[in-house]
Amino acid sequence: MSKRIDVENLNVYYGDFLAVEDVNMTIDARSVTAFIGPSGCGKSTFLRTLNRMHEVIDGAYAKGKVLLDGEDLYGRGVDPVKVRSQIGMVFQRPNPFPTMSIRENVLAGVKLNNRKISKSDADELVESSLRGANLWNEVKDRLDKPGSGLSGGQQQRLCIARSIAVKPDVILMDEPCSALDPISTLAVEDLINELKEEYTVVIVTHNMQQAARVSDKTAFFNIAGTGKPGKLIEYAPTQEIFNNPKEKATEDYVSGRFG
Amino acid sequence: MSSSTAVTSRLTSGQAPKWLVPAIGLGAVVLGAALSALIGFSIGTWAIFAGLLFVIVAPLVVSMIEGRRKGADSFVRFLVYGAFIVALIPLVSVIWVVLSKGIPGLSMNLLSTSMRGVTGVHDNAAAEGAGPIYGGIYHAIIGTLEITLLATLISVPIGLLTSIYLVEYAKNGPLGKAITFFVDVMTGIPSIVAGLFAASFFALTTGDPSERTGLVAAVALSVLMIPTVVRNAEEMLRIVPNELREASYALGVRKWRTIVKVVIPTAISGIASGVTLAIARVIGETAPILVTAGFVTSINWNAFSGWMATLPTYIYYQIMTPTSPTAASISETRAWAAALVLIIIVMLLNLIARAIAKFFAPKTGR
Repeated sequence: MSKRIDVENLNVYYGDFLAVEDVNMTIDARSVTAFIGPSGCGKSTFLRTLNRMHEVIDGAYAKGKVLLDGEDLYGRGVDPVKVRSQIGMVFQRPNPFPTMSIRENVLAGVKLNNRKISKSDADELVESSLRGANLWNEVKDRLDKPGSGLSGGQQQRLCIARSIAVKPDVILMDEPCSALDPISTLAVEDLINELKEEYTVVIVTHNMQQAARVSDKTAFFNIAGTGKPGKLIEYAPTQEIFNNPKEKATEDYVSGRFG
Repeated sequence: MSSSTAVTSRLTSGQAPKWLVPAIGLGAVVLGAALSALIGFSIGTWAIFAGLLFVIVAPLVVSMIEGRRKGADSFVRFLVYGAFIVALIPLVSVIWVVLSKGIPGLSMNLLSTSMRGVTGVHDNAAAEGAGPIYGGIYHAIIGTLEITLLATLISVPIGLLTSIYLVEYAKNGPLGKAITFFVDVMTGIPSIVAGLFAASFFALTTGDPSERTGLVAAVALSVLMIPTVVRNAEEMLRIVPNELREASYALGVRKWRTIVKVVIPTAISGIASGVTLAIARVIGETAPILVTAGFVTSINWNAFSGWMATLPTYIYYQIMTPTSPTAASISETRAWAAALVLIIIVMLLNLIARAIAKFFAPKTGR
């Protein structure tokens, strides 16, 4: 189920503007990798290139290679839609579909693609996905109620359940807890720890404690100044990034002396 | 005992007694009647004088007691109330007149018969009380419903697909800009021009210069409807949050499926009410119908062949060329009843659109 990602010489553009320059990294299967760095340093942009969500923005494109278990996502003839069905994504703000119930939201990946699924298989998928997202016990009695009626933290876990229901190999999370209170954050972090048993998880976060708590490896991105491209400064096991970073910039950032 | 009662609070200012503003209102009404009597009493001048007096005097008094800010606040508030009442006057007056003049003419006979065979002789007899009022609007109701339905069937797919192209695919390109420009131009087309366009279009394509059917009228009306549908649907699609599209893409859903199954359902209630507005806009058109569908007094179910009547053209002909020139009041009665039926149809359409909007609206609640 879980796959590794190798990024080779990736440059990410918005039109003429080079947003992220020359990234090389290897993301291990069944691990949690955190991207940290100041706002605007390109970590979210880079994350979105990992499942080709970047290019849904007008004029945005990427050059270089992203290999999913050796298969280049940017190779000729690769269908971005198929890439996205293997690499799921959870966004900063919880975004359940407002026209759908909790159950329909979980099944969205199946139903929106018009795949036939029997009632019992659907029930099973809903339960396993919601259990996987630690949400089952809270919503099992109101699966037919709208997803937008849940609290923010529950909505975010619903979105995670929705992404794991399509059985991806990798889950990308773009600041999944920034709109959540500490208790919901804890719930999501626990969930991330469980998810890495089965999935490769990549998470962007502004919260360094969170990166330290959940991730196995951490990548620090930085930007030289406005209008300059973001760069991967250091990529190492989380312990090393926070305790004895090699780069001065990383140390300044993680110790709060940034800027 | 406490000292605070002795100190005047800095948090409060003078308070006008509750009865003061209503009392000024009453005074304005009385004084307004007096002023109006000076120049020859009428309800209109009475209302104007009373309203002006109240809007000027009440804020002045409030401002003397409670301070400038409260005075200005009440001045603007009374102005807004006044504007609201002024805006309601035409609506209430139209509804009142149509109801009072239309209800007497309303009958099962009116709703279920056409004007076929009804002549001035019958109307003269009815005016003298020697017989019932013959003739009805059945053919016109059929024409209105069929032509409007056809126009809707033509313009909703075109309009909706255009707006989808503009919002989801055009990406600020030259084609999108051109479409937006021409849709704006279309919005300003006078309805008679749309009618002449459809008439000449069908004259040229069928080779018959007097080709007039319900379909021609429907094409004319859809020229008027399309820009309204496009602009409205475009607005509705644009306010669908981009996050929902991204959420769908991230599940490996294709763009067109995302549009069909996520974007449109989220916006459908707004689109439905926009379509209703567009229908309400064209259902009362008279001029383009006259040049495209002609006018008949008998029932024609077939919108693809033969002339048709609609309620607006029916009203027009009943008023302009009464069936019996010597007993025009009978025709007028029928015209008012037809007007009432037209208003009721538009209101029903509004209710249906609201029901659709409610049915499809994003679900809320826990």
